[in-house]
Amino acid sequence: MVRSISRRCILAALTILAGGFISATLVRYAPGFGSDERQLDARLSSESLAAIRNETADERGIATYYAGYWRRVWHGDLGTSRSLNRPVRELLAERVGVTCRLGGKAMLSAWLAAALLVCASSLGRAPALSLAATVFSGALLCLPAGGLALLSVILNAPGWLALSLILFPKIHRYLSNLSAATNNMAHIITAKAKGLAAWRILFWHVFPVIRREVLALAGVSVGLAISAAIPVEALCGIPGIGQLAWQSALARDLPLLINLSVLVIAGVTLANSGADLLAEAREART
Amino acid sequence: MKTARLVAVLVIAAIALGSVVGGFLPRFDYARQDRDQIDAGPSSAHWLGTDSLGRDRFARLLHGTRVSLLLAPAAAALSMLLALAVGAASGLAGGFAERSAKATIDLVLSIPWLFLLLMVRALLPLNTSPALSAVVTFTVLGVLGWAAPARILQAHASRLRQSQFMLLGCASGITRGRLLWRQMLPNLRPVLLAQFWISVPIFILAEANLSLLGLGVAEPLPSLGSLLREMETVLSLGGDFCRLAALLVLVAVVSSLQIAVSHKEAY
Repeated sequence: MVRSISRRCILAALTILAGGFISATLVRYAPGFGSDERQLDARLSSESLAAIRNETADERGIATYYAGYWRRVWHGDLGTSRSLNRPVRELLAERVGVTCRLGGKAMLSAWLAAALLVCASSLGRAPALSLAATVFSGALLCLPAGGLALLSVILNAPGWLALSLILFPKIHRYLSNLSAATNNMAHIITAKAKGLAAWRILFWHVFPVIRREVLALAGVSVGLAISAAIPVEALCGIPGIGQLAWQSALARDLPLLINLSVLVIAGVTLANSGADLLAEAREART
Repeated sequence: MKTARLVAVLVIAAIALGSVVGGFLPRFDYARQDRDQIDAGPSSAHWLGTDSLGRDRFARLLHGTRVSLLLAPAAAALSMLLALAVGAASGLAGGFAERSAKATIDLVLSIPWLFLLLMVRALLPLNTSPALSAVVTFTVLGVLGWAAPARILQAHASRLRQSQFMLLGCASGITRGRLLWRQMLPNLRPVLLAQFWISVPIFILAEANLSLLGLGVAEPLPSLGSLLREMETVLSLGGDFCRLAALLVLVAVVSSLQIAVSHKEAY
């Protein structure tokens, strides 16, 4: 188990390092890098324009910049946002909590709704409920995340509800497919033939089989939530990490973008690794 | 399932045909402004009313649908080409190439798709012509959307490499290129097509998300995504038919999904 944990930690660290580097490289080599709208101001002198151009001079060599970034991180300095003119550490500290609360509420409600619907369909053997849930999740899958966010603004609904509605169809689809596949397994069919109660089959025979996949989905849904939080926070005006990512992307703020990339990749990687470890630990115990 | 697939194909064909034919009619000019008819309701001159700049909503819907329905499959095709190049080639090669490609795919998949998309699109020049902005947006989608299909293609290619007919082909001295062209590709085609059809609605939705964040197709060129932005004024202008654009996205995406799913199931 210790070996597995250390292997996963090393893998996660490598993924975060490499992911951050990919993001930094993409940003650095994008055609629009280094251009600043202040350069269009005709009132500025040539010296001022040169000074604006020099602001990004230290970011030109991506390898040295990235190495320097990790050196600074090691000393607790995440740099300063160019567009917001504030320490990145301060910005992240302010906004991480907001996104965590939003994502937490949304994930909890989406998981609860999806699990309850799948359980109800499975226990009650009600094809109408199952069909209604499938149609509802199918309809939600056809709407862009931004569209749902905009609808929540129009209807004065909370942002977490929009995020929850974005996550719900993906979780519900996967859970119901998983439940349907498990219900066709030989031991489940035997249990049904022997007249075992539906709830007993669900809790004693279906859940243990799908536990690993459900935990993996829980890890994946963190990534989905982070991704969907961008349009939700940007359009609903929620001051979280998603909104910051949107603002920093529009402002081409490299220091902030790299920090956000590393944070987002770390969140996704740790959630996935944690889910895998949890599944492994459960399996080792049984 | 066959009926559902047929209905879906008919719906998508009707939308595509309507948008292509209607888009060419001079009556439906998406950029022409009628300044006496700002935010007007439906009339015989403007079937779906006009937007806040006095432009005909129906014309914009036709053009927007055409842009999305033409460019999303093009982006999906680009994505499939990249996925084939990375996934299938490494799956066929095996060994170190396969392991490195798998690690790269996993790495790209660990970065949330929308975050990556937003970051790259925002860093591309925003002061381009509307047509170029549409091409840039969908090219970015195509270039960044290869990882998930590549993973699936790689798994299939790897399985095919170890299959008996491929081993027999190798033992018979058939060259790698010929094996790839004559044996591997025809066997990968169903997976490739399924992935293509799955990608099309994903790209339409992704473009819509980007447009809603102000990073999609530039004005005055409409796309299904940019038309969704008018939803903001739905309540303030009561009974606004621009909702239809969102509905059209829904129908198009559902139809495409149905096609993709039924195609996937066929194999």
